[in-house]
Amino acid sequence: MFLQQLINGIALGSTYALIALGYTMVYGIITLINFAHGEIFMVGAFVGLLMVGYFKMNLFLAMACSMIFCMIMGVLIEFIAYRPLRKSSRLSALISAIGVSIFLSSLAMMVFGANAKGFPDSAFESTQLHIGNADVSTLQLLIIGVSAVLMIALEYIVQWTKIGKAMRATSEDYNTAALMGINVNYVISFTFALGSALAAAGGVLVGVLFNSVSFNMGLMAGLKAFAAAVLGGIGSIPGAMLGGLLLGVAEVFGVAIGYSSYRDAIAFAILVLVLLVRPTGLLGKKIQKKV
Amino acid sequence: MLHSLVNSIDPYTMQILVNIGIGIILALGLNIITGLTGQLSLGHAAFMSVGAFAGALLTIKTGMPFYLTILLSGLITAVVAAAIGWPILRLTGDYLAICTLGFAEIVKVVFLNLEVTNKALGLTVPTPDTSISMPVIVLIVVILVIIFSAFIEKSRFGRALKAIRDDEIAAESMGINIARYKVQSFAVSAFMAGIGGCLYAHFLGYINPSDFGFLKSIDMLSMIVLGGLGSIPGAVFGASLLSAAPEFLRFMSQYRMLVYGALLVFLMVFRPNGMMGGIDFSALVKKKLGIKKRGAARNQEGH
Repeated sequence: MFLQQLINGIALGSTYALIALGYTMVYGIITLINFAHGEIFMVGAFVGLLMVGYFKMNLFLAMACSMIFCMIMGVLIEFIAYRPLRKSSRLSALISAIGVSIFLSSLAMMVFGANAKGFPDSAFESTQLHIGNADVSTLQLLIIGVSAVLMIALEYIVQWTKIGKAMRATSEDYNTAALMGINVNYVISFTFALGSALAAAGGVLVGVLFNSVSFNMGLMAGLKAFAAAVLGGIGSIPGAMLGGLLLGVAEVFGVAIGYSSYRDAIAFAILVLVLLVRPTGLLGKKIQKKV
Repeated sequence: MLHSLVNSIDPYTMQILVNIGIGIILALGLNIITGLTGQLSLGHAAFMSVGAFAGALLTIKTGMPFYLTILLSGLITAVVAAAIGWPILRLTGDYLAICTLGFAEIVKVVFLNLEVTNKALGLTVPTPDTSISMPVIVLIVVILVIIFSAFIEKSRFGRALKAIRDDEIAAESMGINIARYKVQSFAVSAFMAGIGGCLYAHFLGYINPSDFGFLKSIDMLSMIVLGGLGSIPGAVFGASLLSAAPEFLRFMSQYRMLVYGALLVFLMVFRPNGMMGGIDFSALVKKKLGIKKRGAARNQEGH
């Protein structure tokens, strides 16, 4: 029972972590809470569904298409809605992000309708495995595996490549990075592309896991992922992974012990409690106050 | 006279006008904590919700006079806000924002599971028994709230809040008790949100905890940012525009929210400081009247 729930929790949590990474990377670089991120996740799920259902692609190919589509979309959104506001107050950019989010979810409702859609059963033939006394579906293992591979790839890009170094420099100090000859605009676009790709992968995985894709799935998933990013310490990449996993596991265990009607509150209750003890999140850096 | 005027307006227009009025009350409430004190709250709908349910339950269970109900639901909300604000207002910036968001979600889910709020079915609120009709009450409250906001902004309290917004460390070193002022401004802000919620509940006649979700908080925030943060005319304008916009866009039926979202983006991109941001209205009026203002005439409001 415990093992069973733990695996359920990790599967759910790794999708939260995938979305949370996008929040945390964008925040780390331009200190913007990208409220449209949850909708990118939703669009990713729809593109994946379209590829599998309409073009009869296999799931991995569909996921790759969806990631590429969302990369382009993320870069475009940044270019249209955030770049003109980079020098103005952060709240203006926040409202702009909310505008994008409303736009995308209503667009999805118009195009795909208000009802939830499911992936065809042929998308992924799931079988049950028995590990100890737990039933684990291969789908859950797939989700955990894909998330792990993507996160390792991200860690590689950020820590070992030149563009990753530029990203870290930009998030450390925007102006100094620009003075050192880093093309900051390019770095920001790249960050949006990376974050959106991860969200799209998360969208396809969640869509297959719950077998339901709907125009309003982005809102709650986005808010919880955002909570996960803050829980881990916003701006910190390992923090987002840790936060996502923690929230996913906590949510599944909360439901398992009988608080299913409080499901959506569990994540936020943990967040509030942790922030009261550690005001900058679990792995967040302490902000230096300058006088 | 007022009554005949009210009766001459058709119900549909009246509905929009009352929505605008309630929007103004909520926007001015949020303006105190976000506009004046500079603390981003993403969960103000929760206070509206507390006010709405407090008001509805007072009317249903006790049947006390409506004016007392309005005041009491505001006060209850303020007490709740002070209790929540006391621990969380230590957090800064976005950590505070996400915490308010978290609290709002918790309040929503708790209300959805409480017996007294009728769980997910929501409450039907009886029309209050008053000699003045509902739209007029809303109008009176709007005027009172505007006067109250203007008073706060010019008072010693308001100046302290603005000092906190502009530079917390400097304000603290000038002897301003930051923690106390933040909690007080949070409570005042919630007081107004509670009153707005109470009026909303009684005007609409039906409330459901799900009505006061994240999107409602975002609505309020968009109003004050769009109008111009920290500006009372801005909040009034933003609230009017955004409360009425969905109605004016109704002819586009299914494209309505699409256009609304795009509108938010474009308004922000072209007027990043809000429609009325950076305009000092009292100075403008004084200039028109030929009254010279002491010191620099440049305004310090919008930023």
